[in-house]
Amino acid sequence: METGHDIRDAIARRDRSAEEVTRAALDAIGRVEPSLRAYITLLPERAMAKAREVDAKIAKGEAIGKLAGVPTAVKDLFCLKDALTTCGSKILANFKPPFSSTVVQRLDAADAVIVGKTNMDEFAMGSSCENSAFFPTHNPYDLEGVPGGSSGGSASTVGARSVPLAVGTDTGGSIREPASFCNIVGVKPTYGRVSRYGMIAFASSLDQAGPMTADVRDAADLLGAIAGFDPMDSTSVDVPVPDYGAGLRDDLKGVRIGIVRDFEESIAVDPKMAKLYKDAYEDLAKLGATFVDVTLPHAKYGLATYYLIAPAECSSNLARYDGTRYGVRKDGDADVYAMFDKTRTAGFGDEVKRRIILGTYALCSGYYDAYYVRAQKVRTLMKNDFDAAFAACDVIACPAVSCPPFELGAKSDPVAMYLMDYFTIPMSLAGIPAMSVPGGFVDGLPVGLQICAPAFEEARMLAVAHAYEQATRHADKLQPVVS
Amino acid sequence: MSAEMETVIGLEVHVELSTKSKMFCGCLNEFGAEPNTHVCPVCLGMPGTLPVINKRAVEYLCKSGFALECTVAPFSKFDRKNYFYPDMPKNYQISQYDMPLTTGGRVVLPSGKAIRLNRIHLEEDTGKNVHAGGHMTTSEATLIDYNRAGVPLMEIVSEPEIGSPDEAEQYLMALRDVMLYIGVSDVKMHEGSLRCDANVSIRPVGAKELGTKTEIKNMNSFKSVVAALEHEISRQRACAASGERIVQETRGWDEVRGLTYSMRSKEQAHDYRYFPDPDLPPLSLDEATLKRWRSELPELPAQRRERFMTQYGLPQYDAGVLTQSRFDADYFEAVASASGDSKQASNWLMGDVRKSLEGHGLTLSTSKMTPAALGQLISMVKSGAITGKAAKEVCDVLVADGGDPKAIVEQRGLAQVSDESAIAAIVDKVIAAQAESVAAYKGGKAKALDYIVGQVMRESRGRANVDVVKRLLTERLG
Repeated sequence: METGHDIRDAIARRDRSAEEVTRAALDAIGRVEPSLRAYITLLPERAMAKAREVDAKIAKGEAIGKLAGVPTAVKDLFCLKDALTTCGSKILANFKPPFSSTVVQRLDAADAVIVGKTNMDEFAMGSSCENSAFFPTHNPYDLEGVPGGSSGGSASTVGARSVPLAVGTDTGGSIREPASFCNIVGVKPTYGRVSRYGMIAFASSLDQAGPMTADVRDAADLLGAIAGFDPMDSTSVDVPVPDYGAGLRDDLKGVRIGIVRDFEESIAVDPKMAKLYKDAYEDLAKLGATFVDVTLPHAKYGLATYYLIAPAECSSNLARYDGTRYGVRKDGDADVYAMFDKTRTAGFGDEVKRRIILGTYALCSGYYDAYYVRAQKVRTLMKNDFDAAFAACDVIACPAVSCPPFELGAKSDPVAMYLMDYFTIPMSLAGIPAMSVPGGFVDGLPVGLQICAPAFEEARMLAVAHAYEQATRHADKLQPVVS
Repeated sequence: MSAEMETVIGLEVHVELSTKSKMFCGCLNEFGAEPNTHVCPVCLGMPGTLPVINKRAVEYLCKSGFALECTVAPFSKFDRKNYFYPDMPKNYQISQYDMPLTTGGRVVLPSGKAIRLNRIHLEEDTGKNVHAGGHMTTSEATLIDYNRAGVPLMEIVSEPEIGSPDEAEQYLMALRDVMLYIGVSDVKMHEGSLRCDANVSIRPVGAKELGTKTEIKNMNSFKSVVAALEHEISRQRACAASGERIVQETRGWDEVRGLTYSMRSKEQAHDYRYFPDPDLPPLSLDEATLKRWRSELPELPAQRRERFMTQYGLPQYDAGVLTQSRFDADYFEAVASASGDSKQASNWLMGDVRKSLEGHGLTLSTSKMTPAALGQLISMVKSGAITGKAAKEVCDVLVADGGDPKAIVEQRGLAQVSDESAIAAIVDKVIAAQAESVAAYKGGKAKALDYIVGQVMRESRGRANVDVVKRLLTERLG
């Protein structure tokens, strides 16, 4: 699989031009797009213009960015000035923001070539990418299968080798789960590490942007490019961003890895999945890691907690979509409230409505203490669980998902879908960094290994993932059906 | 209903802070601009945008808190108040719910009565709906101006301790004076920078429990606050007298018809679903900053009023009027110092200057007259360079056009004439012309002399030294 850093080095050495690379990427996307449907909007002109700009810089001997000329896709919830930004929803089907998100600005500054906006579950709510208001995206390893959600478009295009880099967002597992399903690396950074400015919000206290890439080195480079304090985001944290690439290593000598006993019990019900993770831990041991048992006693409340906090925030965040100022408006005959009503009824899909109602209910004056406040308390307990666990180990290794990619339409029960995020939600609630790295195959389909670390210790997490990746090379063992 | 009823009023006052930029973005906070010119993605609540707290607004609110003797919280947070309205870009307002920036405090009325405060919190203002047909129900279209959306607003909530519409007005004026003094707001009601909602109830005198309250909204002048409160109190009293139940509800104030009307009942009341804004970390203020802000407060109206009475020996009324605005008080002190006579400074400002300002439709701050000029004018009267009467004329010129009093006196030939021979000529002329009055005086009518003096002064265009005039007249008329 061609990586972003290979491409960047080749361009810097003038072996290839950025224009050539970009054209090839656009061609590759064009070939597979009919089967994958990974993009809501392609930006060929913007991409070619940026590529020419990079080539001009190189010709003039100017300094180029860390991602110079590397084709990159962004999830369709990152505002990109004057380009369609739909968030996978009909209500924003015509929305072209007048400004660019900080992530997009930083990609531009790093000279990445943004090729398009990828498909996603509407407002990032979903675990299969079937909740897009426009069309479902397909899994490049099984066209009947889902790519995972909500960053399914980003996962699919990287999994298909169309582009080496994509940016997704993770609220309860939306980077890690599709990364697992599409045999790629997906990183959810520490909450506050990457600016949320210009990222259309689902649940503000949980949303975090992160890399979805061909390999761990690319994830390190991409994270380095988009991370860092942003005065436009009051929740972004002002701590230095290390050179993640420089910290990568090839062995795990002296590394203490925590294995979550509670998770092992849940995964044991599926022998194939249990076997895959057992093999993965053995591979880690071969690299010199030692293991300690840790426990996350409140992890079993993760889903319940998450499905109170995330909908509560979403009910408020999504209130602005009323047809008044932007987006699609349906006229109401009676008054302005009828207009709001019709616009929102027509503009939002079922899953979004379900969560708005759930969140509105949870915040109502009579239920606030019993639901929202209680959920916030559990969240604190969850943080404490991780603090205790990390007192005994450097990183935690655990399942990213409970199953390989499933078939489109297979999970019609919303709760069955919510369960997909069982292993990823606790880290989101605790705000700590976590990632999925290709971990092997079950029934011929990819499954990711999750690694997580204490807050702002992404470098440690990436180093462990890199050693594992270099030793196992699972991503190279299975070719996508389309590429 | 036999028991004597008393009125209980609590006020929620919204004051727009005059910061340079808005509460959560860098847009200009300025009244009167073309609609939707002071807006950006953040204050329009565009998808993906995030708020950043304006530190100056926090400073202004804390200073207001210190000035009103509130307890300022070193740790507070912002919450979202959720409801749908087209002038509210995000359909939630960022406000403070259970942890406001200040609690407690009080507003002291001129009578000495103190109205306790419950809290002051910080929030963002909404935009403004403009109904194209003039009225919400009849207009063809509604246009929205978002210039005001996101302007920093502080909400000052009183305890229900205001006993009458008159006290309510005094309370509002006292608040306005404090805000103007510390310079945190221009407090212009007609521009909406001070707005007020009132909670009103009545109860039998001596009762401890509050009666059923109504909340009146939409009052946009001191006059309408008083009128609305008066109307609502008499409505409630009439209800009580006839045994009708007073309903807890929100009522609007109809300025034109001069009455309050039902807007929504308690059953229809909003559930705002407050929760902490996840886009804003809690606000913590360190002790040193709070101490600095407190030390930067100027002398406040009440303190200054006291000082004017002791330092300048002014009566309470004069001290009250002269300290109503910081500008006027500063002006007075400058005139007192320039003239070296604080009593005269006060007399002039309370008397002739005020009259002249009113005549020209000006205020001290819009007039071109400098305190130095007025001080000089007062000195000139004292030294006998001009008469009091001429000084009034000069004062009027100063108020309208500004300038140097000496030059005006010269230009208009208003210098006092004390030269005996010049005055004697006029006196003789008047005696000759006013034979009747002279006869009357000589016949014992002492009052007639005043008339003759007046005629001499008139002939001299007010410039003659009146003592000399009187002396010469009594000499001549023996």
